[in-house]
Amino acid sequence: MARLSYPLDNRRLVGIMFLTPALLYILLLVGFPFLLAIAFGFSDVTVGNTDLNFVGLRNYFAVWENDIFRQVFETTIRFTLVSQIFILIFANILAIIFTQDFTGKWFARFIFILPWATPVSLAMIGWLWMLDTKYSPIDYLLLQTGFLGPNGILSNSRNLFWLATPDLSQISVIFVQVWRMTPLATVILMAGLSSIPTDILDQAEVDGSRFMRTLLQIKLPLILPIMVIALLFSMITMFGDMTVVYVLTRGGPVDYTRVLGLYSFQVGIEGGNLAQGAAISLFAFPLLLAMAIFMLRTASRAEVQ
Amino acid sequence: MSLLSWILQNFWALLVLLFLALVALRIAWRIHRFGATRAEFVYILRRSPFYLVVLTFCFFAAAPFLIMFMHTFKTDGDLYRRPQPFVFRQDPTLEHLDALFNNTAYLEFIRNSVVVGIAVVIITLALSLPAAYALARLTGRWGERAGILMFLVYLVPPTLLFIPMFRIVVLLGLKDDPMSLIVVYPSFTVPFSMWLLSGFFKAVPPELEEAALVDGYNRVEAFLRVVLPLSLPGIISTIVFTFTLTLHEFIYGLVFIADTSQRTLSVGVPTELILGDVYFWQPLLAAALIIAIPVGLAYNLFLDSLVQGFTMGAVKG
Repeated sequence: MARLSYPLDNRRLVGIMFLTPALLYILLLVGFPFLLAIAFGFSDVTVGNTDLNFVGLRNYFAVWENDIFRQVFETTIRFTLVSQIFILIFANILAIIFTQDFTGKWFARFIFILPWATPVSLAMIGWLWMLDTKYSPIDYLLLQTGFLGPNGILSNSRNLFWLATPDLSQISVIFVQVWRMTPLATVILMAGLSSIPTDILDQAEVDGSRFMRTLLQIKLPLILPIMVIALLFSMITMFGDMTVVYVLTRGGPVDYTRVLGLYSFQVGIEGGNLAQGAAISLFAFPLLLAMAIFMLRTASRAEVQ
Repeated sequence: MSLLSWILQNFWALLVLLFLALVALRIAWRIHRFGATRAEFVYILRRSPFYLVVLTFCFFAAAPFLIMFMHTFKTDGDLYRRPQPFVFRQDPTLEHLDALFNNTAYLEFIRNSVVVGIAVVIITLALSLPAAYALARLTGRWGERAGILMFLVYLVPPTLLFIPMFRIVVLLGLKDDPMSLIVVYPSFTVPFSMWLLSGFFKAVPPELEEAALVDGYNRVEAFLRVVLPLSLPGIISTIVFTFTLTLHEFIYGLVFIADTSQRTLSVGVPTELILGDVYFWQPLLAAALIIAIPVGLAYNLFLDSLVQGFTMGAVKG
């Protein structure tokens, strides 16, 4: 039967036809700005002056020799690494919990997913109040239980000033990041756990393997590649995030919670120095790329075994 | 109002009572069903550490939301003078909710977010439905590479791109126009939904398409008439998660749009409802909670579907 739509039967042709629009849109929207970011880094462009004059590596050197930038870079890495440890621990526990059946699971899952479902900036409003300098409900509880106030165990003051002291502000930001990112990692791990073929688990049960043994010797090794993916996701999300600190601290006190994304926003947009802002955010790229490549390789190697 | 007052004033007691009542009901049901009272209590004792862990996690996850809920109804006097955050010393009030909807741009933020969200969902589906199908079925090595490229693109954070994007948006004259967000948001929603959708498409048995091809459909028709209807649940869940991704986005919204009436929810609420150093706490907390609950419900409803799409997406096709 001769058909007009004969080309539409060609698998390869249809594939290319289907894939091209999306690919073009993405390359245009991500690739082009990315190249532009690099170009900005080599120029002296500002919000007021739009000419792109080539200034070589001046911006990158200026940024690298800037003490604030060094501190910001360190803080970003510290936040990312420390929070991942807690996220991985909690996400593993929660993924095991939520891949089992129990009474009230639906509601428990709703509650535990809320921190991730809520738009970050809105959830941060809640934490801004929870960690308020004067009215913090956490401080109130500590005050009532004798940890704060006159003769308090933690401090003689009525407040801990969660977001206003160097150490506590960093701890607070890390805590909040763990709070909001754990569900994402959990969901990815749940996908991993539920993809384990049931016959393996049945066989283990037939062989008399107990819960802990099945967990440690079968489930965890099998979901290791997915764990790496979960880690990659939450690390990269966190490394590029500025919303949490934008709402909670604006980088303060002094520079203690300033992270890379926020700093590049403050220099580039608020300060109007687009060139230097672009240079700052570009310093994140090699690190992100290295993380992505390392983790993808680990994941695919584990998959082969 | 009086019922709400009563509920709020006895909030914690009611919460605990409700919990205990549910537990009691469940135990009663199990005893009724299985009839073994002794064994039932042994079972409860054995399970209780597990539930303790679940409850602890739930408490930490829910704490800020419980506080948001209570504080929405607190009068200024109750909130700021010798604060006792967990009880009501003055009658609960609805005036702050009223103020949020009538005296602030909250409804405009919601409208802007919905308009941007729907437009982005349409663009995203138009681009990613065929692309995901191509990744799942039609292309070989070439397609696999494209898939990995997409995955890597999804990992490029907005913080790397927002400065040049801002420049482009200004040049195009789209600053302060939600149109800018509609154009830019697909840069992360398309890779995300392509990857999710290709998982759902892989779950459709290929035999069904082969049968359609034998019946005289071409590839495109087979996709439109066989694969799409069968993947409808997956497509709906992709729509939900794409929409919420746009709802979450903060940086582009903050940078591109400075005009209050054009701002979206995630940017408008934390920037416009705070005047300098003056925080309107009750409306702020209410504004956050009102969005959190429906999105949380939607996530929970479609979570299994997301997990399934993710699992299939990760399997090599």
